[in-house]
Amino acid sequence: MTKRIPSPTPTSDRLPKCPSGIKGLDEITGGGLPRGRPTLVCGGAGCGKTLMAAEFLVRGAVQFDEPGVLMAFEETEKELNANVASLGFDLAGLVQRKKIVVDYVHIERSEFEESGEYDLEGLFVRLGHAIDSIGAKRVVLDTLEVLFASLPNEAVLRSELRRLFRWLKEKGVTAVITAERGRESLTRHGLEEYVSDCVILLDHRVNDQIATRHLRVVKYRGALHGTNEFPFLIGEDGISVLPITSLALNHQVSTERIATGIPRLDAMLGGKGFFRGSSILLTGTSGTGKTIISSNFAQAAALRGERVLFFSFEESPNQIIRNMHSIGLRLEPLVKRDLLRFHSARPSLYGLEMHLATMFKEIATYKPHVVIIDPITSLMDLGTDSEGKGMVTRLIDYLKANQVTSLFTSLTQGGKAPQESEAAMSSLMDAWILLQDFEGNGERNRVLYVLKARGMKHSNQIREFLISDHGIDVVDAYIGVSGVLTGSARVAQGDLEKAAVLASQQEAAQLKREVERKRAALERKISDLRSDYESEALELRRIAEQVGTRTFVLGTERVASGLLRQADIKVAAITRSKSKTVKGTS
Amino acid sequence: MTTLKTKNISRAKRPRTRVSAKSPALKYVLRLFVAGATIRSRQAILRVRALCEAELKDSCELEVIDIYQQPTLARENQIVATPTLIIEFPPPLRRFIGNLANIAGLFAELDVLNKAKIVL
Repeated sequence: MTKRIPSPTPTSDRLPKCPSGIKGLDEITGGGLPRGRPTLVCGGAGCGKTLMAAEFLVRGAVQFDEPGVLMAFEETEKELNANVASLGFDLAGLVQRKKIVVDYVHIERSEFEESGEYDLEGLFVRLGHAIDSIGAKRVVLDTLEVLFASLPNEAVLRSELRRLFRWLKEKGVTAVITAERGRESLTRHGLEEYVSDCVILLDHRVNDQIATRHLRVVKYRGALHGTNEFPFLIGEDGISVLPITSLALNHQVSTERIATGIPRLDAMLGGKGFFRGSSILLTGTSGTGKTIISSNFAQAAALRGERVLFFSFEESPNQIIRNMHSIGLRLEPLVKRDLLRFHSARPSLYGLEMHLATMFKEIATYKPHVVIIDPITSLMDLGTDSEGKGMVTRLIDYLKANQVTSLFTSLTQGGKAPQESEAAMSSLMDAWILLQDFEGNGERNRVLYVLKARGMKHSNQIREFLISDHGIDVVDAYIGVSGVLTGSARVAQGDLEKAAVLASQQEAAQLKREVERKRAALERKISDLRSDYESEALELRRIAEQVGTRTFVLGTERVASGLLRQADIKVAAITRSKSKTVKGTS
Repeated sequence: MTTLKTKNISRAKRPRTRVSAKSPALKYVLRLFVAGATIRSRQAILRVRALCEAELKDSCELEVIDIYQQPTLARENQIVATPTLIIEFPPPLRRFIGNLANIAGLFAELDVLNKAKIVL
């Protein structure tokens, strides 16, 4: 609780608080009602004063082990039992287990006659006895103002009320006093004069035929508190106040990425898809494939074994399953394995707050990993712009706090600039994918692009996608002179490019063949020359050998004849052979 | 006027009146709830006792209850203000809150039922 109120010193140090247990109220008040002091809850008829007081008491008894006394001036114990039973509280059981004492104070005006001075000690004794009998820590007085109508002497009553509140404080009980809203003042009989510690104002307004209850902490002495008006709901399990601003921006973030189920869309998102726990907006005019892309996303998540909760506000679950079957998405087995759960409701079924509460409840019970809301715009139409934005903020806050990835589809009106109509929502979203129709060339084609994706590199290209029997295909991008090409223009451009590639390929092949041929010719020439050279060299060697042999023979003959002549042969032979070899080699 | 009213009421109560006439044990049942020994409490007790003794004599059964001693009775009897005098019998149930300083109303009430003149 304290982490949600950005306060340097925890308020609990200064003022002890008594957690009411009512969803959201403790967040607004920073921990609960002032402990040991009276709190005034005022509001008009039917705004839930008694229920809030009763819930405070029941939750105290059940959750915080603080027994309580309910002093009812308007409703009998039986009526009260029945009323709070509708919120799932077993008041009678708690009374039996001595956790709660209900004292119905019945004052019949016609029985009364004043005959002198009196005080309200009877009330004090009853209350004191009830408190002491179970050791009560909490007290509810609903509605004290009945006394004003029943007791003739207002002066006595006022002084006694003052004494009562002082007495309650001395008793150290945390008290809730309900009072009817007055015309000019907070309460009809000015009870706020006595209860000065904490005043909570409830009100019930009808806007556009849809009634919403609001709660405001008018005053909380000695503590920080949310001062805004907060819508609240009376649901099947009690009151829930839905604070918009009580949640601080301190969500845990994940760096895990999850695939979209469309591989090429993942590629556009830095190759890995969205961040887990991020909020994704998918906008487009009708028929651009919002539901299909979200179903794809749902299927991909469910196939990974994650739980997916699909809120559909336009189509029934069966219709979605059937329609998705036609493009090859089989959602039914996933529904059977409880990996995918649908929740369909008409937007006009109830007000924004009720829708939000139902969604919170579904999310809390199913604990999904991925939540899809298709489309968020039909919900936002229920309230004013600021209410709608408030709702989305709360929803995203809630989902992010629970690390749930959320995908919202948004229907944009044709003609309006999409960025303008979604301006309110878009700033809350981490990723925004825009689906568009491209008209031209006698056809209508679907394109998508990533308008923003916080924290990741993403493609800036406009990509056409096709919806076929096997889901969604993001196809190659072709850019022509007038921008991106889609449909048949894209196909034509594709063919053209293919032809060009083919032509250049052929050209290259021919060139290659030519070069090859030239190289072969060159090599042939080289080998011819080499063989010429080799045969000539061979010839030369043969001639040289012949010359050598002849010289040798000549030499030997001369030596032999010299021997015969017995001349000085040695010198003559050497000089001659030398000159001969020189001649022979040259 | 008074007699006419009286007649009407007595006619309405005739069966009971007849029964009570037969039974000498018929009594006014008065209960006085006080909170502790305060001046107001004492005043109320004294006045109601004087009334019983002076006017109702034996036909009066008075019970004085201190709710400090018996707080459960305060709840059972729907006591809010003190002192409270409850005329439990004869019906209808009437409550007089205060120290009984101004008991004209009480006299009227008892007078009507008693058909007797009470002067205090």
